[in-house]
Amino acid sequence: MAGQMAGRQKWLLHPAAKPLIFIACLLPFAWLFYAAWSDQLGANPAEALVRATGDWTLRFVCIVLAVTPLRVITSTPALARFRRMLGLFAYFYVVLHLLSYSWFDMSFELADIARDIAKRPFILVGFSAFVLLTPLAATSFNAAIKAMGAKRWQLLHKLVYLIAGLGILHFFWMRAGKNNFFEVFVYAVIVAMLLGWRVWNHRAKARRRVSNNAVVGVH
Amino acid sequence: LAGAKSAVAGAVTMEKVTDYKDATTYNNFYEFGTDKADPAKNAATLPVKPWSVAVEGLVKNPKTFTLEELLKLSPQEERIYRLRCVEGWSMVIPWVGYSLSELIKKVEPLGSAKYVEFITLADPKTMPFVGSRVLEWPYVEALRLDEAMHPLALLTFGMYGEVLPNQNGAPVRMVVPWKYGFKSGKSIVKIRFTDKEPRTAWNKAASQEYGFYSNVNPVVDHPRWSQATERRIGEDGLFAKKRKTLMFNGYEAQVGQLYAGMDLKKNF
Repeated sequence: MAGQMAGRQKWLLHPAAKPLIFIACLLPFAWLFYAAWSDQLGANPAEALVRATGDWTLRFVCIVLAVTPLRVITSTPALARFRRMLGLFAYFYVVLHLLSYSWFDMSFELADIARDIAKRPFILVGFSAFVLLTPLAATSFNAAIKAMGAKRWQLLHKLVYLIAGLGILHFFWMRAGKNNFFEVFVYAVIVAMLLGWRVWNHRAKARRRVSNNAVVGVH
Repeated sequence: LAGAKSAVAGAVTMEKVTDYKDATTYNNFYEFGTDKADPAKNAATLPVKPWSVAVEGLVKNPKTFTLEELLKLSPQEERIYRLRCVEGWSMVIPWVGYSLSELIKKVEPLGSAKYVEFITLADPKTMPFVGSRVLEWPYVEALRLDEAMHPLALLTFGMYGEVLPNQNGAPVRMVVPWKYGFKSGKSIVKIRFTDKEPRTAWNKAASQEYGFYSNVNPVVDHPRWSQATERRIGEDGLFAKKRKTLMFNGYEAQVGQLYAGMDLKKNF
């Protein structure tokens, strides 16, 4: 067990680990770019790109939310060094998502985009999630943590829980037109489990503190 | 299935015809799944033979027609129509069929008949998504009798010179080119003449979003999105601006008089 853990740590701490994961995170983008260029996105490539970039945003939000639970449950502290990169990839894909919608659906007509955001609640919710994610991406370098102070920085980055919820709501509303909720349900369960673990973990820690205090109090 | 060029006014647009592949792999046919790629994958099980259509209700001569009888009822014509989906995309498709009015004249509607209802196949054994909660099954559509009598309303058996592929509504469907695509029922098994406005599938599912008429209309938005523009599948590339949607999908000269004096915002 200890050996396995050390092996995992060693692999994750290897200098090549970060570049490899970086390249892996770029693969969906590379595939979409290639598929669009070689006309492999079906009859409506614009729709396919908007949807695929949205799917990948949601997937990266799930992946980044999984880092801490995985790190704690498997006692692999080295996982923490990938969290920032994964979070920035979530932002990368949401920017592509917004860009695809604004470009291919709306031809960058800002007035039309503003009207669409006001008219369609699911677009408003998605756009809000993007806006909220922006300060998180913008403060994801060490100097920002230092300037803000760790406490405030952490508080700001807790916004990701709300953003994940908004992302699910955006997806739910988008699928509501066809009453087709299976995929939405899968993502919702994953996000609920990842957030639920945090609540559970927080309480378990609090309980440990209380019982430790109680033991101390006897003496 | 060959059809002679139609002489009906407005029946043959000169616009570029959509690729056969796009028209047969990008479909809404919820009985086979809600993703537009699903029908082409799943519709092979549709039991197209034997097929018959019961024509009943307020008519002098109710009759169940076999598909063979229907095919021979009137000469087949080729009609090249624009198809505008309520979702904001469009195609240009060469259909083969004849005016529904030919069939209507044979069964002789009674004076009390005001509407024509199209009931489509709902067979849970061969259509995997019949029974899903998306819509009430069977899928039902309807027209006012004068709309149904309009020569552009096409009883359709083929496209691109062939019999209809299953995913496009084989073996017989409606095509009503001035209305959003969902008004054209696929794989029809029953045509009923009534005196009351029938409740149609999408109207039952979301009456504030889908009205009985559902005429293509760029100035009446869907409650959740604009209907002012559309993307022509296969033509308006990734970087092209979407094209402007035309009133009655460009068939205003032919069908406008059907709606004279009507408030189309109310009767959407």
